Amino acid sequence: MSGLEGKSTLELKDIQKVFNRNTVDEVNALNEVNLQVNERDFVTIIGSNGAGKSSLLNIVAGVFPPERGGKVLIHGHDVTRMEEFKHARYVARVWQEPEVGTAANLTIEENLSLALLRGWRRGPRIAINKKRRNQFAEALSQIGLGLEDRMGTQVGTLSGGQRQALALVMATISTPSILLLDEHIATLDPNTAQVVLELTDMIVKRDQMSTLMVTHNMDLALRYGNRLVMMHKGKIILDLSESEKNRLSVSDLVSAFTRAAGEEFTDDNVLLSDAESAT
Amino acid sequence: MDIISGILAISLYEGLIYGLVAIGVYLTFRVLGFPDLGVDATFPMGGATAAVLIVGGVNPFLATAAAFGVGFVAGCITGLLNTALRISALLSGILIMVGGYSVNLRIMGGANIPLLRNVSSFDLFGEFLGLQGLTLSIAFAGVVALFIFLVLNWFLRTEIGLSLRASGDNEKMVRSLGADTNKNILIGCALSNGLVALAGALVAQNQGFCDVGMGIGIIVMALAAIIIGEGLLGNPKGITAILLCCFVGTFAYRLFITIALRVGLEPGDLKLISSVLVIVVLGIPYLRKRLRGEWVPPASRM
Ligand SMILES: Nc1ncnc2c1ncn2[C@@H]1O[C@H](COP(=O)(O)OP(=O)(O)OP(=O)(O)O)[C@@H](O)[C@H]1O
Ligand SMILES: [Mg+2]
Repeated sequence: MSGLEGKSTLELKDIQKVFNRNTVDEVNALNEVNLQVNERDFVTIIGSNGAGKSSLLNIVAGVFPPERGGKVLIHGHDVTRMEEFKHARYVARVWQEPEVGTAANLTIEENLSLALLRGWRRGPRIAINKKRRNQFAEALSQIGLGLEDRMGTQVGTLSGGQRQALALVMATISTPSILLLDEHIATLDPNTAQVVLELTDMIVKRDQMSTLMVTHNMDLALRYGNRLVMMHKGKIILDLSESEKNRLSVSDLVSAFTRAAGEEFTDDNVLLSDAESAT
Repeated sequence: MDIISGILAISLYEGLIYGLVAIGVYLTFRVLGFPDLGVDATFPMGGATAAVLIVGGVNPFLATAAAFGVGFVAGCITGLLNTALRISALLSGILIMVGGYSVNLRIMGGANIPLLRNVSSFDLFGEFLGLQGLTLSIAFAGVVALFIFLVLNWFLRTEIGLSLRASGDNEKMVRSLGADTNKNILIGCALSNGLVALAGALVAQNQGFCDVGMGIGIIVMALAAIIIGEGLLGNPKGITAILLCCFVGTFAYRLFITIALRVGLEPGDLKLISSVLVIVVLGIPYLRKRLRGEWVPPASRM
């Protein structure tokens, strides 16, 4: 099994999430999800549309709580019923759309200043000073887009790729212990996507945070990270460790994926052995 | 010449006082994206609070500060209706506007309180500096406006102020960054209504009476002033520029109104003028786009 050694940063126990309960639109978005993420784990998550990937990240971020009985532990603390802004101390997030992760009408340095204080009490102190400005310039210079020379620029005037890179810096500048990436390169053009992805890998390795990255790109899911999770209809149906992951090719994963979409699975191991026997 | 300087002086005084209302409305409408119509009630509420306290023998400066406090609390309630009870921002404001009318009648014990025979904070300030008349009005209004300008210019740059500004821009992001956006909305609404009530208290003292109807349509006046200011200063983005824009816009708007009155319009026509002004400024960009054949999405209704 993957990474049982090391301290666990995040633990999800018996997570269930039902939307629109007792209506015709009732959906079981998450079902008996159990997941333990260790320090420095970089987990890639794949699964078809509606599999529950974003719902899972929402639960970790505290956007909504799971159904009763489920538990979310961060560093062993029970944060299940805590509000989203209290989760933020440990959990940072980058969304698919650059517009969600950044504030368009504020400047780059104002955005970073907001992000710097993640999880801290915001007081009646001037938000941007020389020391912070230097820190922002330092963080921006590492992503190599020249944004450090444009810190007074309104974020709404940046390109999507620049904004997403900024969102990534904002998510990580306060070194959270958990980083959630929800298809964060999906709307970028292939070149920019590659740049942002490499930045992500660099930052995750540099700051050594536990990372959950949702993607629809199987190749990326195999190439990045040290663990791969596949979701289907609200369940985790596959959880591969680094060595298991390295033995799979994209086509193995695709066939596993299509099979998952085609039928119900009662046993995770069936799928895994199927995929392995194909190699 | 004398007429012109007289008109300018009156507009200057009104620009300074009603500029505070414009700043309050800017905070909710533009900064928080929270269309708070409750100011129609909190403006006279400030006047009523100050008037009742002054008539009761309280120091006029204290009475004015108390008016700010009452507006602050009313704004908190508007914010709570929205954040705690999930009532839409628009309806929250309307509920305070309508309910506040009765509260104002209760505070005043009637529809009108005369203040002419009482010493107001203007009088005290004038005694101190040896000023009177319109000069005094401008000087005192100027001191208050400058004070508010400096405080807000600082506050909006603080960590709290920045997170408040961001809450209106991108609430989802602010929450994910660990700030309580509900608290920010509360602070913003409270400050906004506090400023509006403060302006109401000053207006009542300067005109020598408080009337329960003196806030009707003040929201439209403030919006018109903001729109004019933004037009004159070219959609300012910086904090200092935005605060100045509120005063400049109100001054220009008041100047326009004062001239319109001299030209022979009845005071009763003023509210129609404000409305038409806002309609024209908001409606023209759409009509222009239609003329150019651009597609414009349907209007939002919430
Ligand atoms: N806020 C919500 N209200 C109602 N239903 C929801 C809500 N959020 C998600 N769902 C439902 O829960 C299920 C899982 O959705 P989720 O967004 O987690 O899927 P996903 O795996 O992220 O899919 P995608 O790949 O399309 O992003 C879907 O059926 C969706 O319709
Ligand atoms: Mg999703």
